[in-house]
Amino acid sequence: MSPDAARAAAELAARQSYGRLVAYLSARTRDVAAAEDALGDAFAEALQRWPAAGVPDRPEAWLLAVARRRAIDALRRSRTRLASQDHLVMVADELAADDRAGEVPDERLRLMFACAHPAVEPGIRAPLILQTVLGFDAATIASAFLVSPTAMGQRLVRAKVRIRDAGIPFSIPERGELAERLGAVLAAIYATFTEGWSDPSGTDPQRRNLAGEGIWLGHLVASLMPAEPEALGLLSLMLFAEARRSARRDAEGNYVPLADQDVGQWDARLIAEAEALLRAAGRKHALGRYQLEAAIQSAHAVRCRTGCSDWAAIRSLYDALAMLSPSPVVAINRAVAIGELDGPAAALAELDRIAGDRRVAQYQPYWAARAALLARSGDVEAAAAAYRRAIGLERDPSIRRFLEERREALCQAPQ
Amino acid sequence: MQYILLIHGDETPFATATPDMTTKMSASYAAYSQALVEAGAMVSGERLKPSSTATVVRVRNDRTEVLDGPFADTKEQLGGFYIIEAPDLDAALGWAARCPGASHGAIEVRPVWPMQG
Repeated sequence: MSPDAARAAAELAARQSYGRLVAYLSARTRDVAAAEDALGDAFAEALQRWPAAGVPDRPEAWLLAVARRRAIDALRRSRTRLASQDHLVMVADELAADDRAGEVPDERLRLMFACAHPAVEPGIRAPLILQTVLGFDAATIASAFLVSPTAMGQRLVRAKVRIRDAGIPFSIPERGELAERLGAVLAAIYATFTEGWSDPSGTDPQRRNLAGEGIWLGHLVASLMPAEPEALGLLSLMLFAEARRSARRDAEGNYVPLADQDVGQWDARLIAEAEALLRAAGRKHALGRYQLEAAIQSAHAVRCRTGCSDWAAIRSLYDALAMLSPSPVVAINRAVAIGELDGPAAALAELDRIAGDRRVAQYQPYWAARAALLARSGDVEAAAAAYRRAIGLERDPSIRRFLEERREALCQAPQ
Repeated sequence: MQYILLIHGDETPFATATPDMTTKMSASYAAYSQALVEAGAMVSGERLKPSSTATVVRVRNDRTEVLDGPFADTKEQLGGFYIIEAPDLDAALGWAARCPGASHGAIEVRPVWPMQG
C-alpha cells in the first residue's frame, strides 16, 4: 500500500471515528486531553504501519486498542492518586475489551453535552466540540473564529482541564434540564455553521468547511435525538440556508442579496429535506427558537412557488422569536419584515428602539438595513452615512463592494 | 487596551492604479476610519507615503549611517497604521479583519505597552 493511500485511509478513519473514539476513551475518565493525546499517538502509529501492513479490517477497533495502551502507559508514568484510580478503570476496560466485539458504542452525544456544560465558558463550547468531535486543530479553529491561535489553544486546554477537574459529567441530562442543556449544544453547532456561512464563496480554506461541519454535527444530533423537535429544527434551518449557498454570489463572485437571488439557483432537494424536518419537528408540539427560525426560512422559500416571500408570516414569526429569545439580530430582521409590509418609516421606528444597544455600534447588518430603509424613505444624506458605516464594519470584500455600489447609486441618482 | 494595526501590503498595484481605483480604495479606508471613530475605538491612524520615499538612519561607533530605501527589502511593505482602543485581542483582531488592507495584504496586530503613569 502506498504511503499516500495509507494516509488517505488513516484520514478517512480519523474523520469517521475520531469523535467516537475520543468520546469513548474519555467517557469514564473525563480526561478529554489525555484521550486526544493517546488517539494522536494511535493515528501516528497507523500512518507508520498501515502502508506496509495494509489497513486493518476494523480500523476503529485497531486505533482504540493502540490508544488504550498508550493511555495506560501515560497513566503509569504519572503518579497522582486520581490517576491511579483512572488507571484501574483503564486496565479494567482493557481487560473487558473484547477486540472481536462489534462497534465502539457511540458516546459522542455525551461528549457534546460535556463540552456545552454550563460550567464551560460559553464562548469556547463550539470550538471545543469542533476539536473533540471532529479533530480540528486549534489553529484552524482560531482562524474560523477570528481569535489568535495561541489564545485559542490556551482556552481549549483550560476548558478540558475544567471538564476533568470539575467533574463535569459525560451524560445526557435528565428531562427537567434537557431543554436548556440541549439548547447549549445546539447553539454551539449553530455557531459553527454561521462562522462557515460568513465565508460563502468558500475561498478561505481554513473556514470553507465549517458550514458543512455544522450541518454534519446537526445531522449527528438529529439522528441521536430524533424525538427532540429543536434538534430537527436546527438541522432544518441550516439546510434551508445551505440551499441558497450558490445563489449568494454571481459568476463574477459579486454578492447577491436575498431579495435579488435567482430562486432557480436554490437547491430544491435541500429545501424539500428542510421542509420535511420542519414538519416532523412541528408534530411534536413543542415550539422553540430553531423551529421558528427554520419556519422563517420556509416562508422565504415560498418564493420558489409564488415569486414572493410570505412577509406577513415572516413578521409574525419574528414577533414570536422576539418574545422567545430577543436579540438585536431578531429586532433588525423583524424591522426589515415590517418595512416590507408597512413601509420604511415604521421599520426605521423599530430600528430606533435598539439604536442605543451598545452592540449595534459594531454590527454591520444594522447599518446596512438602516441604510436601505433610509434610501427608500428618500433621506439620501442619512442613507449615505449609514451605508458608509456598514462599509467600514464589513469584513468580506465582495459585500463591501456591493454596499459601495449601493451608496454610489444613491448619491448619483437625480434628486 | 491599545493595539496598533500595522498595514502591510504590496505597493505595486497602487503605483499603477487608475484614479478611479484609488478613489474607491480611499473611500473604503474613509468608511473604515469612520466606523472606528463612531464605535469609540479610534485613537489615531495615518497612511504612509510609499517605501521608495523611506530613509533609514543608524548610529554605530559614533558614525551615522544614512541609507535610501525601506528598513526591510520585502515585497509587502508597511503602508500605514491605526492605533485603536479595544477591550482585548479578540476585539482588535475583529477590527483588523475589517481593515480594507486585510483582503489583499496583511494586518499585523500588536499590543501597545501601557504608559507607566
